[in-house]
Amino acid sequence: MAPLLLVLALFSIGTTFSVAGAATSTPLTAAERSALIDEGQRIFLKGCSSCHGLNLEGSAIAPSLIGVGAASVDFQVATGRMPVADMSQQIVRKDPVYNEKEVEALAIYVASLAPGPEIPGEEHLNYERDGSSAEGGELFRTNCAMCHNFAGQGGALTQGKYAPTVMGVTPRHIYEVMITGPQSMPVFSDKTITPEEKLSIIKWIKAAENEPQLGGASLGRVGPVTEGLLVWTLGLGMLVGVAVWLAMKAR
Amino acid sequence: MSNEIEAIKDPGLPAHVHRRADTDPKAAKKAERQVAILFLLSALGTITLIGSYIFIPQDVFIFFPVLGNTNAHQLFLGLGMAASLFFIGMGAIHWAKTLMPDEEVIIQRHEFRSSDEDRADFIKTAKDGAAAAGLGRRSLIKRSLGLSLGLVGLSPLILLGDLGPLPGDSLTKTSWKTGTRLVTDPGDRPIRPEDMEVGAVAQTLPAIAPGAHRKLSDIAKDAVLLIRLRPEEFNLDAERLSWTHEGIIAFSKICSHMGCAVALYEQQTKHLLCPCHQSTFDVTRAAKVIFGPSARPLPQLAITVDSEGYLVAQSPFNEPVGPSFWERSS
Repeated sequence: MAPLLLVLALFSIGTTFSVAGAATSTPLTAAERSALIDEGQRIFLKGCSSCHGLNLEGSAIAPSLIGVGAASVDFQVATGRMPVADMSQQIVRKDPVYNEKEVEALAIYVASLAPGPEIPGEEHLNYERDGSSAEGGELFRTNCAMCHNFAGQGGALTQGKYAPTVMGVTPRHIYEVMITGPQSMPVFSDKTITPEEKLSIIKWIKAAENEPQLGGASLGRVGPVTEGLLVWTLGLGMLVGVAVWLAMKAR
Repeated sequence: MSNEIEAIKDPGLPAHVHRRADTDPKAAKKAERQVAILFLLSALGTITLIGSYIFIPQDVFIFFPVLGNTNAHQLFLGLGMAASLFFIGMGAIHWAKTLMPDEEVIIQRHEFRSSDEDRADFIKTAKDGAAAAGLGRRSLIKRSLGLSLGLVGLSPLILLGDLGPLPGDSLTKTSWKTGTRLVTDPGDRPIRPEDMEVGAVAQTLPAIAPGAHRKLSDIAKDAVLLIRLRPEEFNLDAERLSWTHEGIIAFSKICSHMGCAVALYEQQTKHLLCPCHQSTFDVTRAAKVIFGPSARPLPQLAITVDSEGYLVAQSPFNEPVGPSFWERSS
């Protein structure tokens, strides 16, 4: 009985792996790839080249995109930061202009001209399996918390710039951010924070995202500032009211 | 008209105004009902507390206006307890204000000094007690008691020693020595220059022997931030430039103002920002203070690579890290 069970278990593991593997890795054929590059170039010339130049060389108002890699393009375009609507202090997240297929084409086109950080595949983003939220929390507090807040809610930088919240960002985009360092953010290299440690950080962020609010209003989860404001206004206000009532003479 | 100033007469207490409940039995009845309602609200609060403790499971979340999704168990425990305590107090105050007597009454204080007989009595009792205990005769007891009481008085002085020891050179020295490897925090992996792209940062600590543990008090002094720029972006004198390695520059992470961890590095402006008081340091100019309350740049750690190609400290910090202190020379 036991050997039979073992064979059954091994068989089921084998099949799930092969099915999962088949679903996630779909290598492009050369023909598909060149079609995507053409498509990407078409989108780039139409939507990006007025700032970033016809050959990605950049201009006075936009950086060169040579060597930024597919990961950078995917993060900037798929989170709606690019194309940019407001060129002031900070380029903000918004609804993406291009759909998934168009983003992929753009990314492949930009990466085809000069190598750079690649988009991590699904098989490299299994943070539930490969990450540890305890380790992720430690890494987050050392490397991320000073800008993004200890609960990942974001925080202020200089001159109106800010570190955005990390809540509600897809694991792929979190990963891409760490390897590309968009805008004010520095790069966190794979040698100083290994890919496995990056997954731990993602796992911790996802755990923080799903943490239930026992007390209801989170007050932005930024700690003593909003909590103090509430206590000083609402709490002390109530106490003042009670004190006034206490001292009032009954009629 | 005479210029004499007339003395202001003592106006006395204002006339006592009766409350409605003092004169109107209907109003008194109404106030009584109000007090009873407040006490009943308190009782209801306690019943809510007990009921929610027993009947509401701990993992139920409900939507509550303003608060959003809230844990129902906690919410009703809190509301119940708040009501039970608040309304007892409110009822008692309302009772006292509307129904209890509110006439001003004068109570004369008694004389503070005891009567002469009481004083004589006390002295006699004390003397009799001392004689009965035999303190005068039994000198052995007297001396040993004196010794024990004296020693008890000494013990707080010994405990004062816990205010020390004096910091010694612990404020001026860190764990960085010539040749100490910079390792990642956390992870404790040594770093090669080629591990860091331009624009990359790394949080580092001095390497320790395998299995050894760092004291928190050491981490608080030793934390170092590595930043890689393009070498041509530096605007340093020759000495400080020789402390960098291929565009990698290392600064103490401990703010020279109040000791917060300065690690908000803005890659585009090359500015380091301290989150506590917004001191801003220019990385390209050896962490020169360009904004905020900090009095001096962050200490720079001289780095180079060892024979195996890992980043190491060229020498210890040349100045104390962290905020100013009394004995600091500069």
